[in-house]
Amino acid sequence: MPNSFSPSDPHQATSSSATLVPLEPSFIEVKEFDFFYGKKQALFDINLEIPDRQVTAFIGPSGCGKSTLLRNFNRMNELIPNVSHAGDITIHGTSIFDPSVEIIALRRRIGMVFQKSNPFPMSLYENVVYPLRITGQRQRAVLDETVERSLKAVVLWDEVKDRLHESALGLSGGQLQRLCIARAIASQPEILLMDEPCSALDPIATAKIEELIVELKKDFTIVIVTHSMHQASRISDLTAFFYLGKLIEFDQTNKIFTAPIQKQTEDYITGRFG
Amino acid sequence: MSLTGTHFFHQQAGRTSWVRLVRNQALTLLCFLLSALTLVPLFSLLFLLLKKGLPLLNFNVLTGLPPAPGLEEGGFGNAILGTAMMVGIGLILAAPLGILGAIFIHEYAPYARFSAVVRFVAKLLTGIPSIICGAFAFAFVVLTTGNFSALAGGVALAVLMLPTILIASEQALRGVSSSYRDASYGLGATAFQTIWHIVLPEALPAIMMGVMIAIARAAGETAPVLFTALFNQNWAHSLMAPTASLSVFIYNFSSLPYSYQVQMAWTASLILVFIVTGINILAQSIFRRNTH
Repeated sequence: MPNSFSPSDPHQATSSSATLVPLEPSFIEVKEFDFFYGKKQALFDINLEIPDRQVTAFIGPSGCGKSTLLRNFNRMNELIPNVSHAGDITIHGTSIFDPSVEIIALRRRIGMVFQKSNPFPMSLYENVVYPLRITGQRQRAVLDETVERSLKAVVLWDEVKDRLHESALGLSGGQLQRLCIARAIASQPEILLMDEPCSALDPIATAKIEELIVELKKDFTIVIVTHSMHQASRISDLTAFFYLGKLIEFDQTNKIFTAPIQKQTEDYITGRFG
Repeated sequence: MSLTGTHFFHQQAGRTSWVRLVRNQALTLLCFLLSALTLVPLFSLLFLLLKKGLPLLNFNVLTGLPPAPGLEEGGFGNAILGTAMMVGIGLILAAPLGILGAIFIHEYAPYARFSAVVRFVAKLLTGIPSIICGAFAFAFVVLTTGNFSALAGGVALAVLMLPTILIASEQALRGVSSSYRDASYGLGATAFQTIWHIVLPEALPAIMMGVMIAIARAAGETAPVLFTALFNQNWAHSLMAPTASLSVFIYNFSSLPYSYQVQMAWTASLILVFIVTGINILAQSIFRRNTH
């Protein structure tokens, strides 16, 4: 059963299962975090510090809890009935579960990109400005500027600038995913969560997204869930390996892939299971 | 395919092969004939309606008032208008309730016990005989207001339409990909914004189709309006007065001992079928969308 939620004491945090190597003052901090779908526990005592403006990759076999943890950062899991948690997640030192935190405001500060690109059935333009529209932004100049800035940031501007008002559904798979990234960053969030953003894309489109991710980390703290260990090793600064709901190892990516400490990590990255 | 061929496969299959082939052909033919048979009642009905209803069909029957017994003139314009009025009232009452109810039970509280109850009751209601809807409106409106009226007929039709609209709307909402909701909530939209900007526009064609089917069904009903709106020989001038409807017109006139009146009932039947199938076809062609 979940422990009742206690507003954490950070200094008591025992780094039980993970090796922590904080590079910079941490940005997202996960403390003794348990998560439950109904009675089924999906995450066990996760402790993790995700630094600012770095790419942190979550790897591990299916069902290991990496997406579940990712979806907790913007509390998307709360759309599912009967979920509960124990422990805490803080951003900038503020608990995201604090009763004073507005879930809407939290999600506006955290962009999210999903496994399958999910553009709205509207024009490209309206897709990108949706996060602004829902905050009541109506000024044409601001919207126009946002569209151009966001689409340039995802290197889609030149490809689509002449058909901004056509339906988004005419784009290719890779373009659609870049459009979704543009939409996710349109309201200038601080954190970008990516849940297997390339798993439905071909290698060329994947390469473009990967380049983009490396580019975007100048402005955003990026957490990416990926099934591809090559992808994790190519683009991430830090890698966390999850297995059966536990964080097995968390370290700098090159260390994880060259000299992992845990046997399970080594078995996984060398392809012995998973 | 030749049965006497010497092809390798035929040799292999041996003698049972042509027995099977014949049996297969026979069953295929049987299935075809049976499915053709289902069209027979429909087309014979249409044929009968056209044969009996066409002779009197002209502009006057659509605009005229029902003739007194024995007279050979007039029409059932007031009945067409009355049906439209009552279906309209039913729609005004049932559509907002049904659609908003569906939004609540599917978008706001999909897993709540209350929603399950609403869903269950709606399913039960679809199976309730339409005359019970009439009885309800009789007790609820006719007895309290003291007269038969278009309003009472409309309430009866609303009760009839409500579950159809609610269930169709919920199905329409279920058809909207949850990835849209994820995207919208993920961008910090509220439930209302997500429903209003994203979910409803996607679900609208299917919702409208459900509404149109409910309209078509209500327009053809006799029992709910028979003892709530009664009938009227004249044009409707108030929602609170007895009102003619196509179905009750048919019911009344078909049992009169005058051949002209009976023929007029046939013509009214033809018009009613035109209206109902027209609405259905319209709904199918406008609102049917390809699944993405």
